[in-house]
Parts: sequence; structure tokens; C-alpha cells
Amino acid sequence: MAAKTLTIDGKQISAEEGATVLQAATEAGIPIPTLCHLEGVYDMGACRLCIVEITGIPKLLPACTTKVAEGMEIKTNSERLRKYRRMILELLFAERNHVCAVCVSNGHCELQTLAYSQGMEHVRYDYTFPKWNLDTTHRLFGMDHNRCVLCNRCVRVCWHIEGAGTKNVSGRGAKSRIITDLNMPWGDADSCTECGKCVMSCPTGALFNKGSTVGEMERDRDKLEFIVNAREKKQWIAD
Amino acid sequence: MKRIMIEPVSRIEGHARITIQLDDAGKVTDTKFQVTQVRGFEKFTEGRPFYEMPGITSRICGICPISHQLAASKACDAIMAVRIPPAAQLLREIIHCAQVVQSHALSFFYLSAPDLLLGMDHDPATRNVAGLIEANPELARAGIELRKFGLLVIEGLAEERVHPSWIVPGGVKSPMTVQARDRFLAAIPQAMATAEKTLGIFKGVLDSFTEEIANFGSAPTMYAGLVDSAGNIQFYDGLLRFRAADGSIVQEGIAAEDYAEFIGEATLSDSYLKAPFYRPQGWPEGIYRVGALARINVAEAMGTPRADAELTEFRQRFGRMAHSSFLYHYARLIEVMYGLEAMQLLLQQADVLDTHVRAEAGVNALEGVGMIEAPRGTLIHHYKVDENGAITWANLIVATGHNNRAIGDGVRQVAEHFIRGDKLEEGMLNRVSALVRAYDPCLSCSTHAIGVPALDISLVDAKGALLDRLRSDA
Ligand code: SF4
Ligand code: SF4
Ligand code: FES
Repeated sequence: MAAKTLTIDGKQISAEEGATVLQAATEAGIPIPTLCHLEGVYDMGACRLCIVEITGIPKLLPACTTKVAEGMEIKTNSERLRKYRRMILELLFAERNHVCAVCVSNGHCELQTLAYSQGMEHVRYDYTFPKWNLDTTHRLFGMDHNRCVLCNRCVRVCWHIEGAGTKNVSGRGAKSRIITDLNMPWGDADSCTECGKCVMSCPTGALFNKGSTVGEMERDRDKLEFIVNAREKKQWIAD
Repeated sequence: MKRIMIEPVSRIEGHARITIQLDDAGKVTDTKFQVTQVRGFEKFTEGRPFYEMPGITSRICGICPISHQLAASKACDAIMAVRIPPAAQLLREIIHCAQVVQSHALSFFYLSAPDLLLGMDHDPATRNVAGLIEANPELARAGIELRKFGLLVIEGLAEERVHPSWIVPGGVKSPMTVQARDRFLAAIPQAMATAEKTLGIFKGVLDSFTEEIANFGSAPTMYAGLVDSAGNIQFYDGLLRFRAADGSIVQEGIAAEDYAEFIGEATLSDSYLKAPFYRPQGWPEGIYRVGALARINVAEAMGTPRADAELTEFRQRFGRMAHSSFLYHYARLIEVMYGLEAMQLLLQQADVLDTHVRAEAGVNALEGVGMIEAPRGTLIHHYKVDENGAITWANLIVATGHNNRAIGDGVRQVAEHFIRGDKLEEGMLNRVSALVRAYDPCLSCSTHAIGVPALDISLVDAKGALLDRLRSDA
């Protein structure tokens, strides 16, 4: 495959054709914040935290779904980008009910970590305090819509790693909601194999093992990587 | 009609407002103790998985987080229908002792000692911890040491910064290490010496407070507290006992799950706090008090040698049943000694280092009640869940709730004795605040342990017009 040469943050790098800007940057050791991106499943550009500036393109583009091109000049960390990333995070917090102090993921949450690392100090928008419910009907797992950021990771791993297709999205915009089977209680979803991959993939406290108390949800993502590596590369390792 | 309002009661943890109702002649006709508490708690927890309750309740009413975690976890144990591993039980009791020691130390040294040891009429600008340190550095140091000891144990066990909720349904999150146990045991003798010294100083100044002892909410009431099978004081387990003002036992052997049979809850229109009462006697006849003074009145003995020696001396001074709210301070110091002795015994138990500290189970009962003695008094958590473990109903009875009516009555007694006319005098009004502080009420989740008290006193007439206002800002 042909290699492409491009510049990221002033650094000359080359990347394989077809690679995403996120892959190229990661390869070159340049960190770009992500939330919906998950190794092992396809990217869909749901969260927009990985936005970058590309010279000649007025729009900001998500690094995880933008393919590299010859001569691209990319900025990953400008003041403008930082401003928008903080704004996105604030909107995510305002959109649902995040009470970190009592959350199962407190201390191990990707959303929380991003808020810290991106210097989000407070939320400038009015909290919407939506009324969302919990689904604790499943024998092993629970789902708290109050903490869901609609990253779709659970849907993607459920369909494309496990192949069960239990998890789906219903509704539009801020009213979107993760559902199981045909919008039935998780405990009644026949297609669920109880593999727990969705729980492993969730970046927040939205999906959890039943019985978890504050701060107890530490996710073992290595397992997902292990499965993907084994399947795609026939390598029985997680790197 | 005129009203004197004292708001907020400085140096208590949280917010309260006292309204003193005067008639046209300037005589006290009524007093009300109003608190703004976390409202809608039941609504907030509806639908949450039951095992989140220790974490949630310790945050929203978090002045004594360990107490809420314990009561909540016990309620959850009941829902899981498990008997927690022996080591878990010991560890819960140990952290509870540590919590009692540090909470009482906080209350005594930071919130009450400035009144007691500097005098009620001391200049309000320096009647605080800073003033105490200046006037009595040895005592201030004792307070800091005892609080530090309690926190040493709590942080050593719960690794508070890492695991926000160490006490969990079914037990605790992690066992105790040998090193931690040895560290705690090594620190106890020093803490006991400090407690003894403090008791000595306190007893030394008692004589200058005869007026307060006589007039500080000294109306006899019934008392409630947990006791063990020998009738000795109990903080973590035990059964609830009610003892009348004359010393006779009204009822005993009440298990957590039967509390509702004996405790009714009156809803007061002007306070968010519900006022519990002894159901067989009705409201308001059935009012009773809880907390340190109530516990030592209710129990036969402490059950540990040094605390029992102190209790004997206490009873020699004030009789078998002591009623003055002022004596809560004294009782708390005796309990500090007890907490240290009890902790020492617990740490020496053979299976305290056992690594099996958590029982796992799902929903095995649709209802659970947890009852403990929090530093401020009997604390009850009662939950109902659906078959998936989602909370459908929750009820909490907190210490300040039990004491609500007694505090109001006490304020009235103090007011009648000290307040005349409609002029606001700092020393007089501070006594009203001091009465409330004697109960160390846990009102909401804010602590302001150190700092100059912000006292805001308004004198308002029947139409709400401000007649006089006194403020001591931070
Ligand atoms: S999911 Fe993350 S951000 Fe949301 S409440 Fe939990 S810890 Fe906080
Ligand atoms: S449940 Fe978790 S993984 Fe699924 S969309 Fe919501 S945040 Fe993402
Ligand atoms: S990580 Fe690229 S859009 Fe979410």
C-alpha cells in the first residue's frame, strides 16, 4: 500500500494509505483525545472530541473518521480546538445526569478523565436534568441512561465483536437511547448472550456489573483487544 | 407579636434557624427549631440499585459519612439476607469507633469548647478555635490529636481517597493489613492519655457552668439507644431500648426490622425534618432524646474499664439519669474513651485480619432495615426494593430528627431564662445557639470546622419587619 506523507503539529510523518488521521497521529506518538473511538471496532465519529484542524478545510474534522491524504497539514491542539473540546464535554455533562461522587465509575471514567485533562472547570450551560431510568432487569448487568454519552461503543461491540445484535439506538438527537432487542427490558432480551462485552466497552458508568458500588467499575478492555487480535491477526495476545 | 430569629446557628454543621416568638409584652411564647434538610431524598433514590445506597446516602447527608454507610450497608445486608463474614463485622465496628472518636473530638474541640472554655460572654470575634488555641494551647492540641487519630484509622482502613465507599453491602471492600492493625494499636495509648487529659480539664471547668447545667434543656425526657444483651452501650449492633426520665425501662429488645412498630414520625409543617416519637405514647407525649447523653442514660454501663470509671463518676455527680443537654458534652468525652477502649479490644480479636470480608448475594428480601448508633444518635435506614433490586421506597431517621422537639423545647427554656425584651445581646443569644450546639446536630452536608462563626440574628415583628439585627461575619 502506498504511503502518504503529511505534517501533524509541525512533525513530518508518513502513514499508510487508508489510515485515519487518528491512527497516523497515534503511530507518531501525538495524542488526540477520543471518547467514542474504541480499538477493535469501526469508528463512527459520534463524540467529536477528536476534532482536528486541517489547512485548507474550514470545518473541523474528526480524526477518527478522516483518512490521511498526501501533504495534509494537521493541527491537533490549537486554542480553537481546546475551546470546542471543552464545549463538547460541557454539553455532554449538561445533557444527562452525572453525579460522579456516587457513580460506579468514579475515578475510572473516561468522560471524567477527559474533563480533567481538557481543563473543563465548570459547565457553562444549564443542566437539562432529563428524566432517565435505569434498567436493572438483567441478571448480571445494569444500564443507567443517566450516564450514557451515546458513544455507541456498546452497540458496536455487541454487533461486531460478539455478533449478538442485542444493543441498538432508538430515538433522535438528545432523546436517543440505547435499547436492548426491540426496546424491551434487558432481562427479557433473548438475543443477549450475557457476554458482558458492552459493559467492558462502556467509557462511563452507564453500563455496570450488578452489585458495583461507588467507584467499583474498573473495566478490563484488554479482553476486547484480545478477542479482536485473535480474530483479525490470529495472534493470541493483547498488546 | 415580635419574633427573634437567630440564623444560621453558627458553628453547628449545617444550617438551622431559630425563631423565638415574643408576645407584645416581650415574653417568650413559643420557640421553633427549623432546619433545612436535604429534601426529596426518597425521590432521588427511587429506581437506584439498592447497593448504591451506602454511596449515595453518605454523600447527600455526609457530615458523618461512615454512619450512613454503615446503616445503609446493614439495610442492604438485610435485603441480600446475608450474614456478613466475622472479619467484616469487626472491621465495620472498628471504623465506627474511629468515626465516633473523630466526630466527638470535632464537636467538642471545634464547635463547643470555645463556649465552654472561653466563656459564653467572651468576645465573639475570638470565641472560636483560634481563640481557644491562644487561650488553651494544650487543650487545642489534644483536640487535634484525637481527631487525627480517628482519621488515621479511617483513612488507613478505607483509603478514603482511593475508595470513596469502603463499607459495602455484604461487608467491606478490603481486609486490614497487619501493618495497619499494628499502627492503630500503637497509637491508641497516646489517644487514651489525651482523652483522659481532656476529661480532666473539662471536669475542672464544670463548676463554672452550674447555671447552664440547670437551664440548658434540662427538662426530663425519655431516652433511646442501642444496648447489647447485658444492657451495655452498643454502637454498631444491639437492640433498641427506651428508658423513661425516671429511669424505668419503657421498652427494650427492639430489633431494627421492628422499629416502625415503636417509632412514629410526625411531620412538622415548618421544618423539613420529621420528628420521630415513641409510638405507644403518641405525639408529642412520646418525645425522646438520642445521642451521647441518651446512650449513657439508657445503658447500664459502658462495658470497658476506663470509660466505666468515668461513667461512675458522672453518675455520682448528676445521678443515674442526667437530663441537662449541657451534659451531652461530658457524655461525648466519656464515649471517646469508650471508643478507644472498644477499638483496642476489637483490633486484638483473632480473626480481625481474615481476608474474607465480603459476602456476595442478590436480592433475597424485598425490604431491609439498618440501625446503628451514629455519633449523634440512633440512625435508621429502611429500604424497599423490587425483585431487580431497584429502590422503590426509602426512609431515613436521623439523629437530629429524634432530638428535634427536645431541641425546640430546650431553646424555649433557655430563651425564657435569658431573654427579656427585644434587644439582641450577643452573650444571651449565643447561649441559645450553644444549646443547639450541645446536641451537635447533623443538619446537612456542610462542615465548617474552623473559622470565625457567621452569626446572623434578626429580630422580626409579626409582620416580618426587621427590628434589630446582629451579625458577626467571618
Ligand atoms: S459516568 Fe463518569 S462523568 Fe458520568 S457520573 Fe459517572 S464518573 Fe461522572
Ligand atoms: S451505554 Fe456506555 S457504551 Fe453504550 S452508548 Fe452509552 S456510554 Fe456508550
Ligand atoms: S473519537 Fe472521534 S468522534 Fe469520537
